[in-house]
Formats: sequence, structure tokens, C-alpha cells
Amino acid sequence: MATSPATILRNPRQWLGQLPLAFAVAVVAYAIIDGGYIVTVVGFALIYAVFVAGLNIFMGYAGQTSFGQNAFAAIGGYASAVLTATYGWPPLAGIVAGMAGAVVCALLIGMPTLRLKGHYLAMGTLAIGLIVYEIAVEWQSVTNGYMGISGIPPLGIGSWELESDRAQLIFLAIVTALSLWATWRLRQSRFGRALVALSGSEDAARALGINVGRTKLIAFVISAMFASLAGSLLVHIVGFISPEMIGMNMVILAFTMLYVGGIGTTTGPLIGAVVIGLLPEVFRGLKDYQDLVYGTALILILIYAPGGIASLGRLAPKRRAAR
Amino acid sequence: MTTAPILEVRGLSARYGEVVALRDAELTMREGEFVAVLGPNGAGKSTLMRSIIGLANATGTVRFRGAALKRDPAAVAAAGIALVPEGRGIFGPMSVAENLQLGAYMIGGRGPDYERRLARVLHLFPRLKERLDQVAGSMSGGEQQMLAVGRALMADPKLILLDEPSLGLAPKVTAEILESLALLNREGLSVLLVEQKAPLALKLAGRAYVVSNGRISAEIDPKEITSHGDLARYYFA
Repeated sequence: MATSPATILRNPRQWLGQLPLAFAVAVVAYAIIDGGYIVTVVGFALIYAVFVAGLNIFMGYAGQTSFGQNAFAAIGGYASAVLTATYGWPPLAGIVAGMAGAVVCALLIGMPTLRLKGHYLAMGTLAIGLIVYEIAVEWQSVTNGYMGISGIPPLGIGSWELESDRAQLIFLAIVTALSLWATWRLRQSRFGRALVALSGSEDAARALGINVGRTKLIAFVISAMFASLAGSLLVHIVGFISPEMIGMNMVILAFTMLYVGGIGTTTGPLIGAVVIGLLPEVFRGLKDYQDLVYGTALILILIYAPGGIASLGRLAPKRRAAR
Repeated sequence: MTTAPILEVRGLSARYGEVVALRDAELTMREGEFVAVLGPNGAGKSTLMRSIIGLANATGTVRFRGAALKRDPAAVAAAGIALVPEGRGIFGPMSVAENLQLGAYMIGGRGPDYERRLARVLHLFPRLKERLDQVAGSMSGGEQQMLAVGRALMADPKLILLDEPSLGLAPKVTAEILESLALLNREGLSVLLVEQKAPLALKLAGRAYVVSNGRISAEIDPKEITSHGDLARYYFA
């Protein structure tokens, strides 16, 4: 049953719960209307929101850990860069090829790696990210090493290209909205319930007939597709790719966004990406103290909203039941 | 009238690392029977359950309605065996409705069959009907146990295995849940109940097995047990 606006306004838990999403949407809308530097900041945040939405499927819904999602962003990013800049493919074809490559790699990597659990899985996936980073550095004939690949065309179809920052941002906002919608639909599906079940208890999930190994693998593959899409979007927006763009820093940033936004929630990836994207800009005036205040802000958010900003509604006092 | 065997366990053994938790278990259940598995804490009762449905690393054979069961919980569930695990195993962050939907995972999406199963469970446990949208983890222990049993019933099993359903529950709530099981058993559902509280189980079961030190040490007729002394004799035999 849909909740009416009047009901939402009467219940502080409801409107507080919607507030972070409204803020994130307002920031995106402001950037589209205002233009200027904030378009770049919000554009990066939206690309990361897509990346984190995928990570959320594997970590938030399925309860697994992956420190290696940057590997799939690298596959998508480099596939798009090489195929469009070197071979003249259209961007859309490059994105699809990158995602197909990410699916194949996720299947090949996931089958042995997902037998691991807990910290071992975390270490296994971390190794994948590091290996792909090293390949990006060493395979100079294709990736151009640390120098990277430049001259990557902007997004577009045929002769129509998204050249203005504002047009690119609108496109990114649409892709992000579709990504979040897809993760929401996935969470509501039979497969989504199976994911959450195995995150609660693998044995209990097995006893219900859920094929735990296959379910984890599919989640890993879907998550890799999102990462690959984000990697492709990144290179087409920036027009350049180098190993530094898809290194461990990407994973750390995505983890921060996921936990600050709200792991396991549908809107958390967007909220986290926008908040974490904006924080350095907000604190830029503090100069030398910028990192200190940024770190303190993150700690405070995680202490006072341990479920992430998307779950702020839970912090409001419960309404008393009518007598 | 003697019915056909629904479950035959032969030479079932299981170990956790070096520790043998179950040794050469032999057990037979007939269609429509209510059988209890009794024994002290750590005797191997839960391992027996886990071995039957393929969750434990076990050797030996388990036959269901005459056919050998694979060591695959999904195949066991598809065959018609549902487990209510020790500690309930409900999915706390999900709603009651979602937990019940997961119980019917093997039949896929919602349909007439699903609605029929749901109506049956909600009729059996009306308290769940009032809490369908509630987060399962926020319910009382008794309600969670009702949900665990209800979720297992959503699979429309022919045989239900229950591992210590009375654990941590008030006697009144336990009695309510076990009474529901007795009702289902009268309707034809076969029940295998693992329970530490032997008097509770013996009130409902037609037969009981005693597990001690990883072995099935005795098969008993509940009518023969009239005192704690009788039971202790089997436990420490």
C-alpha cells in the first residue's frame, strides 16, 4: 500500500526516513540547474553511486565481502577506453563489451573464490583487485601503463554526443536512477529474498532449498556488471583512464559511501555517494584541517547513524499507539 | 495398519573435524508417524537432523519414500522434507511475509498454490497474520518459533523435522506450538521432533529414539515411560 504524503508528514519516522534521499535528489537537481564546478563533483558522485549500488547487492543484500570490485570497474573502463579510443567503436558498444567481459571474469573468478568465507573471501577479492591493477600497469601495449589512455570520446549514440557537462549529468542521473530502481526490484524479487536469507544464515537458506553457491555467484556477477558500467561511465566522462583511477582508493571510497549511505538499503548508495562526494568540497575552506574534520565527520555519522544516513528515520522516536 | 516407510536412515555417521558426532545411526519412520528423538545436550541429536537433510558432512544412506536422498539440502527440500532449525533460523531483518515467502522458495513465485499454503499457515498461527509486515527479528521468541514452523510448512512438506522448538520459550507457548504440530500430524504430516524436554515430546510422539554419545542407543514406546527414572535408564544405558 502506498503511503500518502499526509501520512508521511504526520509520522516523523517516515519523513525523516525520506529526508536523506530528498537531500541527495535536491543536490543533483541543483547541480543540473546551476551548472559550474558542482556538476563535476555530482557527476563523479553519480558514477560512484552506480558502482556502490552493485557493491550493495553483494555486500548489503548477500552479506558477502569484496575488496576487489575495482577489478571489474577496470575491465569496463579499459574495455571502453581501448575499444573506443584505439579501435573507434561507438561508446555504447564499448560499454556492453566491457560488461560482457566483466561477467565472464566474474564467473571465472567467482567460482573458486566464493568458496571462501568471511575474512578469507575479503582477502581473496582484495588479491583480485591488486592483480587487475598490476595488469593495468604492466600490460603497456594495451593500457599504456601509468601514462594511461586519453582521447576517449564522450558518451553518445552515433553522431549525437553528450558534450555539455549538464547533458552528461542528466544522463548520469538517469543511469543512476535506473540502477537504483534495478537494485530495488532485485531486492523485492525471489532472488533478492534468497540473497538476504543467505546473509542471515547459509544453513537456514540451504534448508529452504536455496542453492547458496549459485546465488552468491549470480550476485557477484551482477555486482561486477554494475562496477563495469561505472568504470565505463567514468572513462567516457573524464576522457582518460590510468591505473590510479581504478586502484584501491576506489574501493575505499566505495566502502565509505556504502556504510555512510546505508548498507543494505536501496537509496543508501546514492545518499552515501552524494554526501561523501560533497564533504571534501564543504570542508575545503578549512585547508590544513580539512582531512581531520572530514574524518571526524565520518566517525560521527557512523556512531550516530550506524545503519547509515538512509536509515535516519529509525532514530526518530516511535509514535505512541493510539489508545 | 502399518504404513510404508517415509524415512529410512542407515549407518549414518558424521564428524566435525576429528570429532565423531554421530555414529552408525539407524532410524525408520513410517508415513504419518510422530517420532521423537531424545537425549542429553551434545548427544548428537542436531547432527542427526543436519545429516538427514545434507547440511552435515555425513556418510551412510538416507532414503525418503524409498528413494535415496542426495546430500544436497535443495534436493532434500524439493523431495518434501522441511527443517525447523535449532535457534529458529528466521531471517531477522526481513518481514514476516518475506520469511513465509522464502518458505515457499521451491515453488517459485506467488500463485494459487502459494496463497493456499499461506492461508493454511495463517489459520494455524493467527498471530502471524497480525504481524505480516512486521520485521521478524522484532517479534517475541514464541512468535519467531511460530514463524519458523510456519515457514517450514510453506514448503508443503511431507515430513517436517524440528530441532528443539521449545528452546528458550515459555511452557505455554511451547505447548501451543506443539499442539499445532499434533494437529498437523493428525492431518497426515509426518513429524520428527528433536527435543531435550522429554516429557513434552513423549506426550505427542508415538515412538521415540534416544541418542546418547553420538549413537542411537534405544527405541522406546512412550507409554512405557512413566517416570524420570525410566527415562534416565535409557539416557545413561
